Amino acid sequence: MATAVQFQDVSRVFDKVRAVDGISLSIEEGEFFSMLGPSGSGKTTSLRLIAGFEQPSSGSIKIFGQEAAGVPPFQRDVNTVFQDYALFPHMSVLDNVAYGLMVKGVDKKTRRERAEAMLDMVKLAQYGERKPSALSGGQRQRVALARALINQPRVLLLDEPLGALDLKLREAMQTELKALQRKLGITFIYVTHDQGEALSMSDRIAVFNKGRIEQIDSPRALYTRPHTPFVADFVGTSNVFDSESARAVVGAQTPFSIRPERIRIVDAAPATDAVVVRGELIDIHYLGSVSRYEVAGPHGKLITVVQANGDEEVSRRLEPGAPVTLAWERHAMHLMTV
Amino acid sequence: MMSYALDKPKTAQRQGPLAALARLLYRRPTLYLVLLLTPPLLWFGAVYLGSLLTLLAQSFFTFDDFTMNVTPEWTLANYRALFDLANLDVVLRTLSMAVSVSLASAVIAFPIAYYMVRYARGWQKGFFYIAVMLPMWASYIVKAYSWTVILAKGGILYWVFGALGLKPLLTALLALPMVGGNSLSTSNLGRFLVFTYIWLPFMILPIQAALERVPVSLTQASADLGATPAQTFRHVILPLAFPGVVAGSIFTFSLTLGDYIIPQLIGPSGLFIGTMVYTLQGSIGNIPMAAAFTAVPVVIIAVYLSIAKRLGAFDAL
Repeated sequence: MATAVQFQDVSRVFDKVRAVDGISLSIEEGEFFSMLGPSGSGKTTSLRLIAGFEQPSSGSIKIFGQEAAGVPPFQRDVNTVFQDYALFPHMSVLDNVAYGLMVKGVDKKTRRERAEAMLDMVKLAQYGERKPSALSGGQRQRVALARALINQPRVLLLDEPLGALDLKLREAMQTELKALQRKLGITFIYVTHDQGEALSMSDRIAVFNKGRIEQIDSPRALYTRPHTPFVADFVGTSNVFDSESARAVVGAQTPFSIRPERIRIVDAAPATDAVVVRGELIDIHYLGSVSRYEVAGPHGKLITVVQANGDEEVSRRLEPGAPVTLAWERHAMHLMTV
Repeated sequence: MMSYALDKPKTAQRQGPLAALARLLYRRPTLYLVLLLTPPLLWFGAVYLGSLLTLLAQSFFTFDDFTMNVTPEWTLANYRALFDLANLDVVLRTLSMAVSVSLASAVIAFPIAYYMVRYARGWQKGFFYIAVMLPMWASYIVKAYSWTVILAKGGILYWVFGALGLKPLLTALLALPMVGGNSLSTSNLGRFLVFTYIWLPFMILPIQAALERVPVSLTQASADLGATPAQTFRHVILPLAFPGVVAGSIFTFSLTLGDYIIPQLIGPSGLFIGTMVYTLQGSIGNIPMAAAFTAVPVVIIAVYLSIAKRLGAFDAL
């Protein structure tokens, strides 16, 4: 497999702010690659560097082996699905989708056929004559996708494309996007701040923080073996114990993290080699299938516990202010090297 | 659990006549709209539309050449007279100037407006706004007169052409039929320069407002899909900014059509619609004919707007 996109020590500086700060990564052909991070972490700038809307201040970006610096967007073999969809408001849906062919000089009949085929693929076959303003958010999103794919790009860039959709639609689109990517075999580079979205769709995820990459890994590795406290906290929620609080809880200096769902609220200390911590229940958040418990542990260290509901006995008895005993298995802890 | 000591919420309703009025208007939205719209509608409907209709009505009145009296007898004679060769000449002279001025203004204004929207940031943006508006702070007459100095023989423009060794070019320009004349200040070229200068802000601001509403992501999407900058301009930017160009050209067009000062100060002899109206109603007192001349720009603008609509200028609104 060829390398689709390669960053070598790439930086992008805006007025002294290092939006992207010395990033190196390589994305393989046919991969579903996500760039995950909070806003301002440099993920969108990285995407725009690939699209050509930004130029790197230093470093080298190669797209299929060719240096991309200095190449304008319209000469790059990548296409983008924009966050706000960026559909042309004065054109019909069909003309929007056919735009990429139109500017390449493809004749009217061919581009109409191909645009209709693309609309069919995104299940909007009857909507060609409408204006984008007459479509719902989800439909616009599909038009943007069809428009970006009609040029048959080797890399498709997606900038938080599902951000404006409601939860149900977002979940449905996640499944569809993943299926589409498998079917087309195109490299997808997907920018999101939603860790759930990144985990469910990606082959690999790069976690961005303050212009740098904290970790690049598969979703499973990222979740179970976060390299840094930031990754542990940002990808899913996690209880991160620094060396000080680690000593207070388990008596060892090594920082570690533990997922809230790996902690149990127990009635009595179990006989096994489990870690046992006593604390005071601060708050309960009822979330439907699960409840989240905020517990103040030793030295006031806040510990989050997530337990499935249905164990009515526990949920009924616990009230904020009650003393609780927490327990977790030692192998569930992830030791970190900081 | 943490607890906060909050001030007791103020549940009592506010008192006083203003508060009572606010509650009344809240409960009766129609009354609110009536109050809101009555003053402007009175002004617009009675004063503005009223005088326009009176004017149009008078254009059908009869003027007696011999007694110089106006009688309210309905006639189409004034409109027929518009098509006399002498009058048609005035209309066409004004019209061709208005078209050239509007085209030139659009061509000059677009890059300025584009820069203001896409590139100017912070203080630059303020600077551009003031720079565009500043000429409008000065009296129109002062500007027009100062142009007579600029364009005069021995004036700055002649000096610049001379200093650059371009005197022959200027002579050649002035030798052109229609455009040229004895000197810059008595040529149509000179008049065109002054009109374009004076009305330019009225073109820049609407285009700037239209471009402001075109998100950057649209031009990026266009480039992303493979469009060259020229194609992006042709297929995305221009169609979306076109309502602004049309709005601006209505200003430059109608202001040129109606102007009666610049044609008197700069350019060759020969009347403009404005100077014609001025002469007819001032020295002759032929109000009906003056009113008929005034109807010409109204009709032309109406035709122009319908063509613009046909071209899809307002589809993106």
